[in-house]
Amino acid sequence: MKDYILEMDRISKEFTGVKALTDVNFKVERGEIHCLIGENGAGKSTLMKVLSGVYPFGSYKGDIVYDGEVQQFHKISDSVKAGIAIIYQELALFPDLPVYENIFAGNEVMRGGVIDWNRTIVEATKMLQKVKLDVNPETLIKDLGVGKQQLVEIAKALSKNVKLLILDEPTAALNENDSENLLNLLRELKRQGITCIMISHKLKEVIAIADKATVLRDGRTICTLDASKGEVIESVIIKNMVGREIEDIYPKRNNKTPGETVLEVRNWSAYDGQLGRQVVKEVDLHVKKGEIVGIAGLMGSGRTELALSLFGNPRSYKLNGQLELNGKPMSFSHSRDAIRAGIAYVTEDRKGDGLFLIQDIKNNVTAANLKGISSSGIINDNEEIRVAERYKTSLNVKAPSVEQIVGNLSGGNQQKVSLGKWLFVGPKLLILDEPTRGIDVGAKFEIYTIMNELIEQGMCIIMISSELGEVLGMSDRVYVMAEGRIKGELPIEEADQEKIMQLATQ
Amino acid sequence: MNVIKEAKPLGPANLGKGSKSLAHFNIREYGMYIALIVIMLTFSILTDGLFMSSRNISNLLDATGYIGVLAVGMTLVIVIRHIDLSVGFAAGFMGAIAALLLTQAGWPVYVILPVILVLGIVVGMFNGVLVASIGIPSFVASLAGMLIFRGALLQVTEKTGTIRIDNAHFNAIGNGFIPEITEVGGLKLLSLILGLAVILFYLYSEFSKRRNKVKYQFEVVSRPIFLLKLIFVSVVIAYLTWILAGYNGFSWTVVIMLLVVVVYHFLTTKTVLGRQVYAVGSNPEAAHLSGINVKKITYIVFGSMGLLSALSGILFTSRLQSATTTAGTLFELDAIAAAYVGGVSSAGGVGKVTGSIIGAIVMASLSNGMNLLGVGISYQYMIRGAILAAAVIFDVMTRRKRS
Repeated sequence: MKDYILEMDRISKEFTGVKALTDVNFKVERGEIHCLIGENGAGKSTLMKVLSGVYPFGSYKGDIVYDGEVQQFHKISDSVKAGIAIIYQELALFPDLPVYENIFAGNEVMRGGVIDWNRTIVEATKMLQKVKLDVNPETLIKDLGVGKQQLVEIAKALSKNVKLLILDEPTAALNENDSENLLNLLRELKRQGITCIMISHKLKEVIAIADKATVLRDGRTICTLDASKGEVIESVIIKNMVGREIEDIYPKRNNKTPGETVLEVRNWSAYDGQLGRQVVKEVDLHVKKGEIVGIAGLMGSGRTELALSLFGNPRSYKLNGQLELNGKPMSFSHSRDAIRAGIAYVTEDRKGDGLFLIQDIKNNVTAANLKGISSSGIINDNEEIRVAERYKTSLNVKAPSVEQIVGNLSGGNQQKVSLGKWLFVGPKLLILDEPTRGIDVGAKFEIYTIMNELIEQGMCIIMISSELGEVLGMSDRVYVMAEGRIKGELPIEEADQEKIMQLATQ
Repeated sequence: MNVIKEAKPLGPANLGKGSKSLAHFNIREYGMYIALIVIMLTFSILTDGLFMSSRNISNLLDATGYIGVLAVGMTLVIVIRHIDLSVGFAAGFMGAIAALLLTQAGWPVYVILPVILVLGIVVGMFNGVLVASIGIPSFVASLAGMLIFRGALLQVTEKTGTIRIDNAHFNAIGNGFIPEITEVGGLKLLSLILGLAVILFYLYSEFSKRRNKVKYQFEVVSRPIFLLKLIFVSVVIAYLTWILAGYNGFSWTVVIMLLVVVVYHFLTTKTVLGRQVYAVGSNPEAAHLSGINVKKITYIVFGSMGLLSALSGILFTSRLQSATTTAGTLFELDAIAAAYVGGVSSAGGVGKVTGSIIGAIVMASLSNGMNLLGVGISYQYMIRGAILAAAVIFDVMTRRKRS
């Protein structure tokens, strides 16, 4: 019989009406490296949060058997006590504290009720040796590169006698060299008997390191592939990742002949001063009138950063390259300039930076075009209600009145309000960032229909999306981004899920 | 379905349903009005009507003035998620400058007032630049401002000590009353006319608002409820007018305070600028992406705060008829307390200037009423603190219930 360290049995998890996980089975053998893969939103992170107690026992259905016993983790510290450690993509370190304090943060080396700093440093040095990190333990975290920070995180996990180490996209922010080091370390830890679950989007790494790989899709387990049987190969993984049939949820559009070029971007780069790295690299891209251009790619591939850099650069990146709108060179110093020039941007995170959640529908709809409802700076309240009613009706926002607070609407209706706000600006180019994230199928169909109507009225759309079905179903042309670059441009006839996935995981 | 061009003709049937009925009576919005009425009634009973006497109400409103205008400005500062601790000593300092210009430089009053107000705007804008452009947290930036103004106030009053002002025009701002034509049955006529004018203006604006809504085919509240509201508000204004007219009529302080509230109420509720202020307060990132210049709004709000600090300084100096070395002490905290009692939310984006002025009157009523009852100053502070805490607890509870 096989020795499973972890058996997750028929795990189901629901968020107010949305099923995130449905009967997921996930088994990990002791001492193996097991990769967990799937598209964005497939349920990988949710599953790991169930395991670690972020979603406490009782908030999900199904059983977790760990080390031969059924576990009930009520909080994160319960799973930590059992020897499970998760290292997230966003590292949980204190940048202004030295390495040794970080390693033992929350797990301090005590003697007689006070912290024994000398022993802390000695222990920390031991841990650093284990992860083959050669730095002075008194170095501050902020003075280390991301790759080394990651190793400190692992050292911290080891200090807690971890048996099951979970890494959520550990190499997403690392360069090739650091990634290779990390993978070698994981192999070394495996020899020491530590089991490892790794979530990754980079298929090459998965193929290089995995003993097993489990594919999740739409919150279900699709299959578990075994490397010893030669199943962990690219074609098999991709096929299982995207294998869903594209249902007929994408309405057809009639007129498909694009007009003149509206937006043209050449050699476009953006440098993020705060992160200290290039987030958009030498992008060439164009959009024609009457066209929906899809931008596919995984999270963190630079799609949103590209959109922001075009839309008046609100995060103050250092920009390079040419931007032309209707043949005229442009440079925007504020989102206001971009709006005036005819660009609208429906953000990815509608609650975070899209909507005014504490305000009502009418205030949200008119927020980007207050001129449209005022004269000499004085607002015509009644005109505002009329405008808001118009969009509420035409976009079919389900709410008792335009005075409804937007924070109380469902995701789909919030997204429609967000769309209404930008349509009222009367843009030529509409950038939609994840237009249907977190909304139900019915509302998705409505949003697709609206997109088609806008195209027929002569607008053009850039649609950023992680949902491959949506990209293929709605776009006329697809760009694929990875690591800040455009990795390929595909006419819709030539695009399919495998090709896109291949480009996106390069 | 045509998204952009065509809009269905809108009938009254599908418009604004249910949002105007009494069932949706918003306790959050009217909470402090109710609190004010309860406080006033309580004190009236406890003092055998002395609290509501003409003379006392007139004094109470005059004493509210210089905090009231600060509370109005502070409302906007808190709405955009900032704070300004420098306003108290800024007011004291600018009052002292006014006194110096008046007594030593011998400038005429009508020159001094605009100069001081402009000085206030400059000082406020400077705070705005520190906060918005340099990125210093407003708490720290204005704390520094508070210390600097305190020093500056001591500096200018060091040699002379308290600067006494004997200019009758200047002193009238804080102590005088609007001129009277004649008295009718012991009541000041011009004040009565002014009160009547306010009522007529109120009735006119309500009727025209309603007519406009009908023109747009929007739903309006039923006629009896509409009339009931009109009568209630008119009676309140009439009663206040009657009380004030029975003493010396409207004071200049009350007139100035009313003007500030009317102007700011209009700015915040009816203009693009006001909308942008609340947009910045409720979500700065979304505001930026909606094309709103967040920095500019921050300058304007701090500039307005400076303007009102200057006005507050003028009112206070005039009321005391002198500039003292400690003028402005703790004004900022009184103003902040008034704004919170008036329903401003520290999370940003929520708060009305009318609420804050009511908050200021609530706090002044508490002091005034407790003084009449002979409550010791130590208890007064504790009770006012408790009221402030209660107001914020009420705010947090009602918000939690709603979401």
